[in-house]
Amino acid sequence: MATEHSAGTQAHGGAAHSDVFPPFDTNHFSSQLVWLALTFGALYLLMSRIALPRVAAILEDRQATISGDLDHSVAMQKQAQDAVVACEDLLANARARAQALAEATHLKLAEEAVETRKSLEHSLKESLEAADVRIAAAKARAMHNVEEIAAEAAAAIVQQLTGQAPDAASIASAIAAGHTA
Amino acid sequence: MAASEQANDPIHQFIVTPLMSEHIGAASFTNASLFMVVVSLAVTYLMVLGTSSKAVVPGRLQAAAEMAYEFVASTVRGTMGQEGMRFFPFVFSLFMFVIFSNMIGLIPYTFTVTSQIVVTFAFAALVIGAVIIYGVMRHGSHFLHLFVPSGVPALLLPFIVLIEIISFVSRPVSLSVRLFANMLAGHITLKVFGAFVAMMLGGGALAVVLSPLPLIAIVLLTAFELLVAVLQAYVFAILTCVYLNDAIHPGH
Repeated sequence: MATEHSAGTQAHGGAAHSDVFPPFDTNHFSSQLVWLALTFGALYLLMSRIALPRVAAILEDRQATISGDLDHSVAMQKQAQDAVVACEDLLANARARAQALAEATHLKLAEEAVETRKSLEHSLKESLEAADVRIAAAKARAMHNVEEIAAEAAAAIVQQLTGQAPDAASIASAIAAGHTA
Repeated sequence: MAASEQANDPIHQFIVTPLMSEHIGAASFTNASLFMVVVSLAVTYLMVLGTSSKAVVPGRLQAAAEMAYEFVASTVRGTMGQEGMRFFPFVFSLFMFVIFSNMIGLIPYTFTVTSQIVVTFAFAALVIGAVIIYGVMRHGSHFLHLFVPSGVPALLLPFIVLIEIISFVSRPVSLSVRLFANMLAGHITLKVFGAFVAMMLGGGALAVVLSPLPLIAIVLLTAFELLVAVLQAYVFAILTCVYLNDAIHPGH
């Protein structure tokens, strides 16, 4: 292994490499330390000055955005709930008003109906009475006519039987007697 | 000869070579430097360009960046509490650098930055250095209570203090060696199995027939190495958090 290794290193780098195990070769330590200090120093500066504050800002920003959005949504939800409550109030009010209106209308209509019925009944009664009066008059008139016809018929019968005309008064009294009989 | 031996040499992938000059000096730009730059650019691409739209509803890249952020942030908060968030950029950079190094290193022909002990030890030293400096700045001498647990009998105290000190001193070693060894061992294993395939294809008839077996092993190992790459980055980050927590709350 040792000879192989030395052959490999010598073939490659020549005098710069000694026979020691490469990681323990002190020749390149100073160069490595210098470049490590340069690169790691630069990296540290870049990270601490630029990258890490930026990532922290991004994360903070995101947190703020998320919590802001959540707060906003909570506020919106509360608003929506308030709106629902207001809407329900409005609805209940409107319903109560509608009910009251319906009841009032119903009462009014019922009163009006009673009124109409009363006046109608009244007028009906009046026309009934008038009709009764008219019927009675017609009946009286008809009866009178019948009596006249009966008197004429009785006078004619008596003239046929007796040959002389009876006086009107005796016929009338006879008809009246027949009425009562 | 050189090329095939290089291909079969499992150590070759860890060699640091200068890309612009012949010799390695302190400022040489090597393949390791190149991949440090690549890793940093990849993390920057994800975290800076990926979040440039700052969308409330993220795209894929931004979602990945946010996921990385929230994952590390919850780890830091979970181990250190809200106070520990001052170390968040440090832990985040560390975690992202390590996880991207580990993942990019799994791509064939790349270089694994975290397979170098000097890199992982530099990170561990940085972490322990931060622990000591912040602990002393914040608590002064009270920081030494870290080594003196409360409620220990006086007879045992010197012994316990010694153990605590040893455990504290061994932290950077264990932190760096854990990551380094995991990356190194995983990549060597993959390479060894890869070399098996190549050698068996060049061998006898039976070897050629059996050569898909190590290939299947490579597929399975690659999946396992993906797990190790992510897990070790996480372990590194969470241990960093635990150690830094000592600096914030010593004597617990």
